Amino acid sequence: MAYFLQQLINGLTLGSIYGLIAIGYTMVYGIIGMINFAHGEIYMIGAFISIIAFLVLGLIGVSYVPLALALVLLTTMLFTAIYGWTVERVAYRPLRGSFRLAPLISAIGTSIFLQNYVQILQGAREKPMLPVVQGGFTIFESGGFAVRLSYLQLLIMLVTLALMAGFSTFIATTPLGRAQRACEQDMQMAALLGVDVDRVISMTFVMGAALAAVAGLMVTLYYGVVDFFIGFLAGVKAFTAAVLGGIGSLPGAMLGGILIGLIEAFWSGYFSVEYKDVSVFVVLILVLVFRPTGLLGRPELEKV
Amino acid sequence: MAAASGLAVENSARATLDWTARLKDAVLAALVATLLALPLVGVQTYDIGGGALGIRTHFDWVAIAAAVVFAGRLALHRRQRLHRGGESGGETVFTRLAAWGNRRALPITLTGIAFAVALPFLPFSSRYLIDLGTTVLIYVMLGWGLNVVVGLAGLLDLGYVAFYAVGAYTFALLARDLGLTFWQALPFSGLVAASFGVILGFPVLRLRGDYLAIVTLGFGEIIRIVLLNWSPVTGGPNGISDIPRPSFFGLPFARAAPEGVRTFHQFFGVEFSPAQRVTYIYFVILTLALVTNLFTLRLRRLPIGRAWEALREDEVACRALGINPTNVKLSAFGIGAMLGGFAGCFFATRQGFISPESFTFIESATILAIVVLGGMGSQMGVVLAAILLVSLPEFGRAFAEFRMLIFGAAMVAIMVWRPRGLLAHREPSLRLRAGRSATP
Repeated sequence: MAYFLQQLINGLTLGSIYGLIAIGYTMVYGIIGMINFAHGEIYMIGAFISIIAFLVLGLIGVSYVPLALALVLLTTMLFTAIYGWTVERVAYRPLRGSFRLAPLISAIGTSIFLQNYVQILQGAREKPMLPVVQGGFTIFESGGFAVRLSYLQLLIMLVTLALMAGFSTFIATTPLGRAQRACEQDMQMAALLGVDVDRVISMTFVMGAALAAVAGLMVTLYYGVVDFFIGFLAGVKAFTAAVLGGIGSLPGAMLGGILIGLIEAFWSGYFSVEYKDVSVFVVLILVLVFRPTGLLGRPELEKV
Repeated sequence: MAAASGLAVENSARATLDWTARLKDAVLAALVATLLALPLVGVQTYDIGGGALGIRTHFDWVAIAAAVVFAGRLALHRRQRLHRGGESGGETVFTRLAAWGNRRALPITLTGIAFAVALPFLPFSSRYLIDLGTTVLIYVMLGWGLNVVVGLAGLLDLGYVAFYAVGAYTFALLARDLGLTFWQALPFSGLVAASFGVILGFPVLRLRGDYLAIVTLGFGEIIRIVLLNWSPVTGGPNGISDIPRPSFFGLPFARAAPEGVRTFHQFFGVEFSPAQRVTYIYFVILTLALVTNLFTLRLRRLPIGRAWEALREDEVACRALGINPTNVKLSAFGIGAMLGGFAGCFFATRQGFISPESFTFIESATILAIVVLGGMGSQMGVVLAAILLVSLPEFGRAFAEFRMLIFGAAMVAIMVWRPRGLLAHREPSLRLRAGRSATP
C-alpha cells in the first residue's frame, strides 16, 4: 500500500510535467491540424535555458530561493517562447497550404536542427544541476516503508495546477482565447470574420512553448540532469498523452499527461524499468488503433 | 500602354516604400535573432568538476548572429515574398536539372552504373574510397526501399530502421544458431522483415498520415528497446559479433582457409590481398541496390504500383474507384520492409558486428532525409542525396560535426522552397491520348 502510494505520487509529478508539454501539442493540433514534432525540442531548450538562468543568477548573487525560482521561471518562459515563435515563423508558416506531410517533415527537420544546435553550442555531455529545492515530509509510514512527498514534488503539482487553471481561464475569457477557439472550429470562417489567423497561430506556439519551458524547468529541478536528447522521448510521451486524452482537448491533454505519468511510474514500479518506454509506445498504438479520438476528443470527419 | 506606365509608377513607389519597410523588418529579425542567441549562444556551460557547472560568455557570437540575420533578411526579403505558398518559384536550376535528367534518363543511368562498376578499378581508387562507396550504396538501397513507402505510397514511415534492424538481427541469429551463410540467410532476412512490416502495418494502416508516422516511430523505438533488453537472444547492448562474411560461390576471402575449403585467391591463383574482400562486398551491395531499383521500377508499372501512386494523390477517390486502401498500403509497407531487411542483412555481414546502437531514430531520420532531399519518388534523387549525405562528413571534422545540423535545416528549407524534393520533376506515369487506351 505504501509502495503503491509512493508510485502514485511519483506518477502524478511526472504526469504534471507531461501534461504541460502535451498542451502545446494539443493546441497546435487543434488549430492547424499538424503534429508539432519539434515541440519536445522546445521543452529541451527550456530546460537548458533554465539551467543557464540559474547559473547566471548564481553569479549575480541572487540566493533567496523563491525569488531565484520566480526569476528563472519568467526568463525561461520568455526566451523559450521566442524559440516557439521563431520555429512557427520559419519552418511552418510558409508551408500552410502545402501538401499533407510537408509540415510534419519540416517539423522533423526542425527537431533534428534544434537538437544538434544545442549539442554543438552546449556540448553533448549531461549537464548536472545542484538541487535547489530540498526537503520534504513523510506522509505516513507502514512496515518500514515511508511514503515521502518532497517539497519539490508538491511545488511541481501546485504550479501545474495553477498554470492549468490560469490557462483555461485565459482560453475561456480573453479575446485571444476566443479567437483561438474560433480558429479551432473553422479557420476560414474565423479569417472572414476578421480574426488575424496568422497572429492567433503565432500566439498558440508562443503559449505552448512557454508551458513547455515550465516543464523543462521542472524536469531540471526534479532530475538534476539535462542533456540535448531529452526532448525526443519526452516529446513522444507528451504526444501520446495528448492523443490519449483526445487531441485538441485541453483537459484531455492534462488527463492524458497524468495517465501517462501514472502508467510509467507503476510500470517501472511493478514490472520492469527497462521496458517503461515500451509501455508508453504500446499505449499510444493501442489508443490510436482502438480509440483514435482519445478519451475526451471529438470524432473527426475526413472530408474531400 | 497607359496601364503599363501606371504599373511602372506603382512599382517605383513600392520600391521606395519597400526600403523603409525592409529595413524595419530586418531590424526586427535581428532583434529576434539576438534574443534567440542570447541564452544559448551567448552563454555556454561547461563542467568545472565536482558535479557543478561554470559558464563562459560569447556575446561576440551573439552580435555576429544578429548581424548575419540582419544582412540576410535585408537581402532575401523580396525573394521570400516571391516564394511564399510553396512551389511558385518558377524555373530554377533544379527544375531545369530535373527536367534534363528526365529527358536523358537512360544515358545518365547507364553512365552512373558504369562509373559505379568501374570505381574499384579506377587509378585513384583506394580501399577507403571503396568503403565509402559501400556505405553510400547501403543508404541508396535503404532510400530506394523507403521510397516505395514514402515516395510512391505516400505513407510517412518514421521507423524504417526497425526493418533494417530486423533484417540484420535475423541474419546474425541464423548465422550464430544455425550456421547459415550470408546468401542462405538473405531471403529469410527479407521475409522476416516483410512479415514484421505486414504484422505491424495491419492494425495501423487505417490511420491518417501523421498518426501513422508517429505510430511507426513508436514501432521503431519498441524494436530497438527490445533488442537492447532481450539479452539472452540479442546480446543486449553488446550486440552480436563474429557475423560471417559473404563468400564468393562458397569461396571465402581469407589468407588461410580452414580444412577442406579453398579460398578465393587459391582458386583463382592470385595473390591474397584484403582489398579483394572489400571490393567483393562493394559489388554485392551494388548488385543488391541495382536489383532493388529494377524491382521498384517494374513494380511502379504494375497495377499495384499505380494503385500506390493513386492512393498517395487521393485516398477518397481511390476508395470510390474500388481500391482497397488498407491492402494496397499493406503491400507497400511489406515490400518496403522487405527491402530494408535485405539491406540490414548486408549491413550485418559487412560490419561483422551489430548492436542496437546502429538502429536509432537518427538513422530513420537520415534515411528519410535522403528520400525527402532527393525528391520523393525520384530514384536518381535518392542517389544524389545519399552521396551528399554520406560523403559530407568525410570532408573534414567541421562538416562531420555540423552534418545533422545542416540536414535538419536542409529538410526545412526543402519543404519551404521545393516541397517535392530537389530533383522531383513530376511526369505523370501514365498519359491519356485521344482515341487510344492509356499507355505508360
